[in-house]
Amino acid sequence: MNVVVAKTETGRAMSDALAIARDRLAGTGKVADYRRQAFDAYAREGLPHRRIEDWKYTDLRALMREVLPLAPAPDAPALTRAGSALKLHAIAGARRLVLVDGVFAPKLSELGDPEKGLGIRTLREVLEAGDAGLHTQLFAPDNSNPMVALNSAMMTDGMVIDVADGAVLTEPLHIVHIASGGTPAAMVTRSMLRLGKDSGATLVESYIAADGAKAYQAHDSLIVSIGNHARLDHVRLVEDGRDAFNISSAVVTLGAHAHFNTFGMTSGANVSRYQATIAFAGEGSRVETNGVNLLNGRQHADTTLFLDHAVPRCDSREVFRAVVDDRGHSVFQGRIIVRPKAQKTDAKMMTRALLLSDDAEADNKPELEIFADDVTCGHGATTGALDESLLFYLRARGLSEKEAQALLIQAFVGEAIESIANDTLRELAISAAQRWLEARG
Amino acid sequence: MAAVQETVDRVRRIDVDQYRYGFETLIESDKAPKGLSEDTVRFISAKKSEPAWMLEWRLEAYRRWLTMTEPTWARVNYPKIDYQDLYYYSAPKPKKQVASLDEIDPEILKTYEKLGIPLREVEVLEGVVRPEGERRIAVDAVFDSVSVATTFQKELKQAGVIFMPISEAIREHPELVKKYLGTVVPTSDNYFATLNSAVFSDGSFVYVPPGVRCPMELSTYFRINERNTGQFERTLIIADKGAYVSYLEGCTAPQRDENQLHAAVVELVTLDDAEIKYSTVQNWYPGNSEGIGGIYNFVTKRGDCRGNNSKISWTQVETGSAITWKYPSCILRGDNSRGEFYSIAISNGHQQVDSGTKMIHLGKNTTSRIISKGIAAGVSQNTYRGLVTAHRKATGARNFTACDSLLIGDKCGAHTVPYVEAKNSSALFEHEATTSKISEDVLFYCVQRGLSQEEAVGLVVNGFVKDVLQQLPMEFAVEAQKLISISLEGSVG
Repeated sequence: MNVVVAKTETGRAMSDALAIARDRLAGTGKVADYRRQAFDAYAREGLPHRRIEDWKYTDLRALMREVLPLAPAPDAPALTRAGSALKLHAIAGARRLVLVDGVFAPKLSELGDPEKGLGIRTLREVLEAGDAGLHTQLFAPDNSNPMVALNSAMMTDGMVIDVADGAVLTEPLHIVHIASGGTPAAMVTRSMLRLGKDSGATLVESYIAADGAKAYQAHDSLIVSIGNHARLDHVRLVEDGRDAFNISSAVVTLGAHAHFNTFGMTSGANVSRYQATIAFAGEGSRVETNGVNLLNGRQHADTTLFLDHAVPRCDSREVFRAVVDDRGHSVFQGRIIVRPKAQKTDAKMMTRALLLSDDAEADNKPELEIFADDVTCGHGATTGALDESLLFYLRARGLSEKEAQALLIQAFVGEAIESIANDTLRELAISAAQRWLEARG
Repeated sequence: MAAVQETVDRVRRIDVDQYRYGFETLIESDKAPKGLSEDTVRFISAKKSEPAWMLEWRLEAYRRWLTMTEPTWARVNYPKIDYQDLYYYSAPKPKKQVASLDEIDPEILKTYEKLGIPLREVEVLEGVVRPEGERRIAVDAVFDSVSVATTFQKELKQAGVIFMPISEAIREHPELVKKYLGTVVPTSDNYFATLNSAVFSDGSFVYVPPGVRCPMELSTYFRINERNTGQFERTLIIADKGAYVSYLEGCTAPQRDENQLHAAVVELVTLDDAEIKYSTVQNWYPGNSEGIGGIYNFVTKRGDCRGNNSKISWTQVETGSAITWKYPSCILRGDNSRGEFYSIAISNGHQQVDSGTKMIHLGKNTTSRIISKGIAAGVSQNTYRGLVTAHRKATGARNFTACDSLLIGDKCGAHTVPYVEAKNSSALFEHEATTSKISEDVLFYCVQRGLSQEEAVGLVVNGFVKDVLQQLPMEFAVEAQKLISISLEGSVG
């Protein structure tokens, strides 16, 4: 298994990589074909680089250089290490689904009592079973994005969750990705959540590492479909190890009169990229997507959102905040497209970056593409340092420089965190932000 | 409402897709053989009696161009251009050396008369009287590739200002041209700029010596006349320490079926405390209502604020051309330097506009301001693409950007693609963009008070672009306002 899956150059030994990993990759027949197609698509492009517009600011050929071989399935010591890492991040009263090194770990998971209308399976089970329709959905994400293609080809496990029509889940679902920290390796996962009509759910995703986990790579993807009149609250917390890579994608589709509230916070990982495509497929739906990047050291975090207004009368709100210290580099690319039929669209996007050091960098690219005329669309972007006069005000009242800064930063990111509807989850995000501020010292 | 009524009348006279400047001047012209090769480059250079170093410069650019590929990132679609199917040089056949205006081919003068350009010195623009006397404009008219007449030479000479065709400047002021040409837009800059470097035929050259405030507005009019010629003009403007110059550029082209290529390069340099104000009104033929014909306008414009406290201001009104690919930029190198970009881009019919600016903050306490107003009508696509960046050492950099788009009709598109890059914590950048259509309430209000639908739209649009119009010199502002109304005719109702 000690084969590097992809060098920066395409070609040579690439196609062997899939064959070598073969025994780890569930699914035969059609599934194997899908994997092969996806792998070929990835092999043609290789790792994305800065000459590809979408990856202009996140050059994976320079930052990541290569994709590591798949992590071996976790052994007992690995599970123990993962278990102790989990303690700090467990949410009381949530259904916990734990993936260690890219493999579902039932021992660490907390499935709770069965609930009516809720079905949970692992990706491995689903790929091995013969549900062709479901397989098509699982391989639906577009292979033209090389990192999505790689994920499709190499995914080992993940959760497949179904919420039936009319079922409103009482407990949040919590998917935890843990790197156990054996050898530097890649975990490749994919999860899917399907919400039926009039249903409701809360999903939390956490990315964490056991002590001593080194330069591992997390390649994750999430497929979500939200039925008519359904609602999903989603929180995503990236607290990976400081040497780690996290490359994640999400594809979300909303039916009519659906509601999607999502919040993402990245404070961990050395290099991370979250690319989400949110598409409106039914009228009268609403999306709130908010995000925070908290970076220091040499961290690089990229949030790339694509909102696709394909149908009339949908609203979207994007609020993004970046706090960048030391030599950190924050990237936000937000693209809103309003297609010709999507009249009465109301789309707003606001991105703000706070630079705390002279070596920090923040790049913002808020993009609007509008093909319909009866719309209200706007975006704003600002970049700057902490307000000197506010700092002075706080210092004059006896706060130390650090305390004053911390207070202002908290207020700054608070604007994005505020939007989390669920109280427990909001607290969770606030405490994650606080952890970052405290670590800053 | 006199102005609006006048516009409406005018439009009634000319049909919507009857381009106002669509006439052709039938004069013999002197062309280079079709196609592009080293020989073409040599031909142009020889025609211009250029020194050897200039030919070498062109050839180097040409060789580099051969290794480059056409950029595809802009949101514009056009059939592939066959660069071997174009004439790269076209000049009205010289009958004899031109000494005064009277000797110029009357056909050409008539062309300009139709355009309403005050070529003759006596033709001072109507109604523009400044307290200290009449305001005058020096015109360097470029007819196809050659500057046919440059007026006001004497008075400018007195002030020490050099204003002449660049081909003449290469011969007469080689030291200045050598020092500055290609230093803002290097020959290797981009596909179209490299092509221009190889085959540029003429353009304007301006040098304003230290401490001189140019006594009049300088102006140039470009006109593409010959069939299938690309116009490759090259403009170089230098404002030495403490100098000031305002430069106006207007463009028209006759109606043609085949698309014509226009790949110009404009370079501006300001040294310490100097200022250049560059205004453009571009109303080249946009193609007919089916989207056939029209100019491809692929222009590289860049200003370099080389000195401290210097300033460069771009103002553009873009109403013409089938395709516009244009990003007037400012490199803010000197400390406390300032860059400005004011733009109105109007697209109607099948026009495609991909335009914007780059503000590159390198020096300390540099400031920039971008005001962009895009108006899309018909089935056109209108894109703002801009970059604001502050480098590590650009302490105290400030930028404010506002780009607003107005959509008229449900078949057009308006897009905003800004890049905001901050690498310095003290940089303060603000960017805002909005897109909307004209509010029904406002239109209803106007119509209720007796305005026609078109007049109401004209009123709203003029209000929408007011911020930018105010930046234009007076005589241009009037012309631009009319142009805007004319461009949008036929888009309502």
